[in-house]
Amino acid sequence: MKKIGVFVCWCGLNISRTVDIERVIKEVSRHPQVVVSTDYKYLCSEPGQNLIQKYVEENELGGLVVAACSPNMHELTFRSVAQRCGINPYLCEMTNIREQCSWVHDDREEATHKAIDLIIMTVEKVLRSDPLYSSTVPLTKKALVIGAGISGMESALDIANAGYEVSLVDKRPYIGGHMTQLSETFPTLDCAQCILTPKTAEVARHPNIKILPYSEVVEIKGYVGNFEAKIKRKATYVDWDKCTGCGICVEKCPQKTYSEFERGLKERKSIDIPFPQAVPFKVTIDKESCIYLKKNKCGVCAKICPAEAVDFQQQDTIIEEKFGAIVVATGFELLEGDDLAEYGYGKYKDILDGMQFERLNSSSGPTSGKILRPSDGKEPKELVFIQCAGSRDREKGVPYCSRICCMYTAKHARLYKQKVPDGQAYIFYMDIRAGGKGYEEFIYRSVDEGNILYLRGQVSKVFEEDGKLMVWGMDTLSSKKIEIAADMVVLANAMIPSQGSKLLASILKVGTDEHGFFQEAHPKLRPIESLTRGVFLAGCSQSPKDITDTVAQGSAAASKVMAMFSNDTIKVEPVVSLVKKEDCSGCFACEIACPYGAIEHEEYKGRQVAFVNAALCQGCGSCTVACRAGVVDLMGFSNKQILAEVEALLWK
Amino acid sequence: MKYSYFPGCTLHEQSKSFNQSTLASSSALGIELEELKDWYCCGAVFPLRADDIMSLLSPVRTLIGAKKEGKDLVTLCAACYQVLKRTNYLILEDREKREKINNYLEEDYKGDVKVLHLLEVLRDNLGWLGLREKVSHPLSGLKVAPYYGCLLLRPAKEMTFDHPENPTIFEDFLKSLGCDVPDFPYKTECCGAYLGATAKDVVSQTVYNILHGAQKRKIGALIVSCPLCHYNLDFYQGELMKEKSELTPIPIFYFTQLLALALGLSTEVCHFEEHRIDPLPFLGVIK
Repeated sequence: MKKIGVFVCWCGLNISRTVDIERVIKEVSRHPQVVVSTDYKYLCSEPGQNLIQKYVEENELGGLVVAACSPNMHELTFRSVAQRCGINPYLCEMTNIREQCSWVHDDREEATHKAIDLIIMTVEKVLRSDPLYSSTVPLTKKALVIGAGISGMESALDIANAGYEVSLVDKRPYIGGHMTQLSETFPTLDCAQCILTPKTAEVARHPNIKILPYSEVVEIKGYVGNFEAKIKRKATYVDWDKCTGCGICVEKCPQKTYSEFERGLKERKSIDIPFPQAVPFKVTIDKESCIYLKKNKCGVCAKICPAEAVDFQQQDTIIEEKFGAIVVATGFELLEGDDLAEYGYGKYKDILDGMQFERLNSSSGPTSGKILRPSDGKEPKELVFIQCAGSRDREKGVPYCSRICCMYTAKHARLYKQKVPDGQAYIFYMDIRAGGKGYEEFIYRSVDEGNILYLRGQVSKVFEEDGKLMVWGMDTLSSKKIEIAADMVVLANAMIPSQGSKLLASILKVGTDEHGFFQEAHPKLRPIESLTRGVFLAGCSQSPKDITDTVAQGSAAASKVMAMFSNDTIKVEPVVSLVKKEDCSGCFACEIACPYGAIEHEEYKGRQVAFVNAALCQGCGSCTVACRAGVVDLMGFSNKQILAEVEALLWK
Repeated sequence: MKYSYFPGCTLHEQSKSFNQSTLASSSALGIELEELKDWYCCGAVFPLRADDIMSLLSPVRTLIGAKKEGKDLVTLCAACYQVLKRTNYLILEDREKREKINNYLEEDYKGDVKVLHLLEVLRDNLGWLGLREKVSHPLSGLKVAPYYGCLLLRPAKEMTFDHPENPTIFEDFLKSLGCDVPDFPYKTECCGAYLGATAKDVVSQTVYNILHGAQKRKIGALIVSCPLCHYNLDFYQGELMKEKSELTPIPIFYFTQLLALALGLSTEVCHFEEHRIDPLPFLGVIK
């Protein structure tokens, strides 16, 4: 049996206030295998670590138990100490007597008892711990970035500039994402196109970046360092190698259809380039509306194309490629539909969403930047903005704050006042949330200089009457009902995850939260990583955020990828499951239980048995519970270790 | 299609027009409504006090009666519909109250009777196209808007009748009859409800807003499913006409009255004599 040393941390007053440490040390020292039982005020500090090292050397300890905070906090610290002392790091375990004991209890007597029990349990576990060793797997130093909005582009550029290859996929026929649709950006009011187009151009010509527009990821197999992706390139019905973007086909195409880029404010042709700065600057045929593809008539584009680029026979193609890491940057869209019924959204033409208002403001938009009503082309003199449309609503819509609406609504109101100086802008708001550099100042400037009327309260109803949009609301500061006869209403619709993110999450085997945003590994300490190793998150795919934060997260995801790629192999945690194949009956209940697809089939003595792919295994332990024969063990949490802990508690 | 039928007190006494136009139309459509043998007042208002269990006994007795007859329960009056449906929901969801009520009544009712509004029966069993086929006298030329009021729609989670902000079931119904149905944003505004008993001026104002909104949209008539909405919009309209010269008369129909007319039934079942605002001049414009 190993000789065990127990080290109890005070964590200042955090633990010692509630747990009687002196008694803990005394009680624990009565365990026959515990040869050292001692305490220190801050074990994680340099002198604390040295203290442990001293005791190990003096007493030839074989295993360590550190009773302190959560292993999430300091497991790595103390395992490094163990390694320095020549003890296998997996023979050092932490007992959490802070978060799970002193912080949650008031009764000193009971908390002390609990701490003693917890420590004895860990001692019993360490007595049965085996040394574990990390293994390594090879690594493909090539990244896949899904979504070519501003976060995806930022990620791709950073990774590419570090010298690694990147494939950048987007479902749209162009790169740049939602930012291509914006007019000016807060809080500096610089033009979105002016700051974006240099980036799109840089991405397009970067030798390490391969852009795959109009494409979707349809399958991901493999594991960290070795993902195998299938990417569908949707047919554009135009040979992009030949297309020069001259636009003659667009001019001559007789069929009009809904424009996603202009959010329905203007129609577009079936064959089209979405906007003048699009990258790549190539035409795409919309197969839903094209007369030739639907009825086999027309074909004007094919006849007049000087480059003979139109190809109605083109098919979707599948590209297969290996990647070492994946960045998910799939962005957001706006909430629509029944949840906004009280605002008449979708029913009345002059009720716009924030993105439509961006298009009205854009100099390349449907009105060349003039603020005009879609219904009659007149300039609106009374304009009502409604914030939190569908956000922060516990009854319907979404309960969370969409975070950027306070700022862009203030921006919208200011742009409106610049263009229509004699117009009046009203903003209905719940609270102003302007937490960002220069944001609060921007809001105050809008109120002071823009002469914008902020009304604190919600709108109950918007409807058309006498050619106006009647807005019924409440000003909760004066407790008065408000009625405004407006010419236009702009909603700050809630931001929701982009369509298809649920499907993509299942393809990538990563989790989503209750609202469908990709789930980060830890809300504070690991916001960039998903729970699947090698899959990183950026931008609004993870939660609503502004451009600044989106770009920062894009870079952060890139740095995680680069850190991974800076090694030639990937270290795999030894805390993985292991099947005792002699005893495996091959029922594969473990395969069903495994959320990561890590269970594989293996031939053993003429029968099929389960085999755990250590690179895919995340050490969750589901398989060990599912196994009827109990022949799957999670290393570091083996059945005998867990049972020893339980017994220590029962037979004390 | 056989259903148990709960007319409720108002349809039984005051609003014969609603009851008789319903019974005549239903039988013309092959929907058999069999009045419950033994029914009680629904209580008129769903009790909002958390410990008011006594007020729930009467609607529960009615639901138990329907359970014993073994058919889904159809009702029309928006108030009855609301009380019965919410009581049923409470019995289903609130175990403690369910046990108390059952102990008191010495019954074992689990909330398994389906409470339906006649409109739901029309929509789900006949279908709007099916209804259109049965219409022999389309009401084309009539510009009619629905007035939903509050009770049919809210609370939406319990009523699950239609979208609380943007309901469309009445519109679909009216279109099946051949009516011209304009947008009417006031369709879900409050009519003033029981405030007529204590604050008549409040009801006058709400009724005026609704009627004025209708008039602006050149709406000729409104349909309702609630006797109280009907009373407020019809009776107070008569009062308002005395002082507001700008108002033109807008007759208020129970939806089943227009249904009966569209099915070519005799106007007798519509009991137009109950109306304060005479609907006959308006009906003259049917093409």
